[in-house]
Amino acid sequence: MRRISINRYRCAYCGACVAVCKFDANELVETFLTINEDKCTLCMACVKTCPMQALGVEGS
Amino acid sequence: MKTDYDVVVVGAGPAGSIAAKTAAENDLDVLLIEKRQEIGVPVRCAEGVSKEAIQKFVEVDRKWIAAEVIGAKVYAPDGTEIVMGEEMAGNEVGFVLERKIFDRHLARLAARAGADVLVKTTATGIKRVDGHVEVFMRSMGEEFSVEARVVIGCDGVESRVGKWVGIDTTLKLGEIESCVQYLVTGIDFDPDYTYFWLGKSIAPGGYIWLFPKGDNVANVGIGVLPSMAEKSPKEYLDSFIEEVFPEGEIVEVVVGGVPVKGPIDTAVADNVMLAGDAARHSDPITGGGIANAMKAGYFAGMVAKEAIEKGDLSARMLRKYDDLWKNDFGKNLHRNKVLQQKFIKMDDETLNKLARSIAGYNLGEMSVKKLVLELVKKNPRLLWDIKSLFI
Repeated sequence: MRRISINRYRCAYCGACVAVCKFDANELVETFLTINEDKCTLCMACVKTCPMQALGVEGS
Repeated sequence: MKTDYDVVVVGAGPAGSIAAKTAAENDLDVLLIEKRQEIGVPVRCAEGVSKEAIQKFVEVDRKWIAAEVIGAKVYAPDGTEIVMGEEMAGNEVGFVLERKIFDRHLARLAARAGADVLVKTTATGIKRVDGHVEVFMRSMGEEFSVEARVVIGCDGVESRVGKWVGIDTTLKLGEIESCVQYLVTGIDFDPDYTYFWLGKSIAPGGYIWLFPKGDNVANVGIGVLPSMAEKSPKEYLDSFIEEVFPEGEIVEVVVGGVPVKGPIDTAVADNVMLAGDAARHSDPITGGGIANAMKAGYFAGMVAKEAIEKGDLSARMLRKYDDLWKNDFGKNLHRNKVLQQKFIKMDDETLNKLARSIAGYNLGEMSVKKLVLELVKKNPRLLWDIKSLFI
């Protein structure tokens, strides 16, 4: 299954990806980003927005 | 522990702390919660703000002022320089804050006014029950809920309070600046000025900034629109720094998303108001958010008082808060959204031409309005469609 990957060594927990998620899949729990795969549609909005290029797609 | 409040404020940034302070000063029972374990960090801000905006709400304390500036220098892609604010020389017009200290100071003012404060405490949901709200939270790992009459969501760019009650504040890729900033030390610049570099090749849909934080040390950052950028903001910024400040050492990295959506239709729902970045109150041209956030927090606190007194916490009653922020800075958000859409479409040659038309003039005050009016005067044909924004 394809899903959004989070590179936690790059993520600076800024919350920009949460703001652009219209499916309410992304949540920033303090400094820990979570992505709810049941809600995520792989629309890529968060991947394009991440200032640190911490997000990508993994799986097949 | 107290589990019943008049007001729960979610988020202890400038909007939240001023909202909590205002509500507490008006004899309301207030709980201010902050999900981070430390208020004010990590910073997500370029830290520039007008002196006037700050003084409206707090007595200035030098502890949280890193630097003062008297003007701005704006650079077109070809290097043409526009200087703003020189007439004010000697009277600082802008502050560069130390947000880590500033935010804590504001939270302390809220506490001093009587608000309870909980850190490392996240709101996890809200539920309306008989005209009240149950606010679910997790505080240092413990789950519980408190009852409130009003919730003021000041939970920043990643706001969820609005989503829970049906206020859609989702940002499209042309409505958020994706930002990276470095605190760079050992560089040479005139510390009396802030600096802005414009251009599609430098920062598509945004700009690069420099805000002095002292002699030879400054916040140097970039915002780009994800809808326009071909690379990440970090890559654009790294190329710029390598070219302009190769001697600098980076001693801090700041990352953030800045809403540039323009005014939202409403920032209220039954029992709920949103303020600051959560309500997309930051300016679509400058990206500045502190001044509007503090105003919005103040308005929300005042309206909370009135609504609770009247016993009417409906969205219809809370729309008074919408009226207040829209009449104050909402019009500017609208105007600057239109300006932003006009300017981001310009190619570098047009920007150069505009800059050359007013280069060498003394622009006096440092404001977007002054700059654009001057540009319109010199370039009536190119800018005919935005002239009406200022009448």
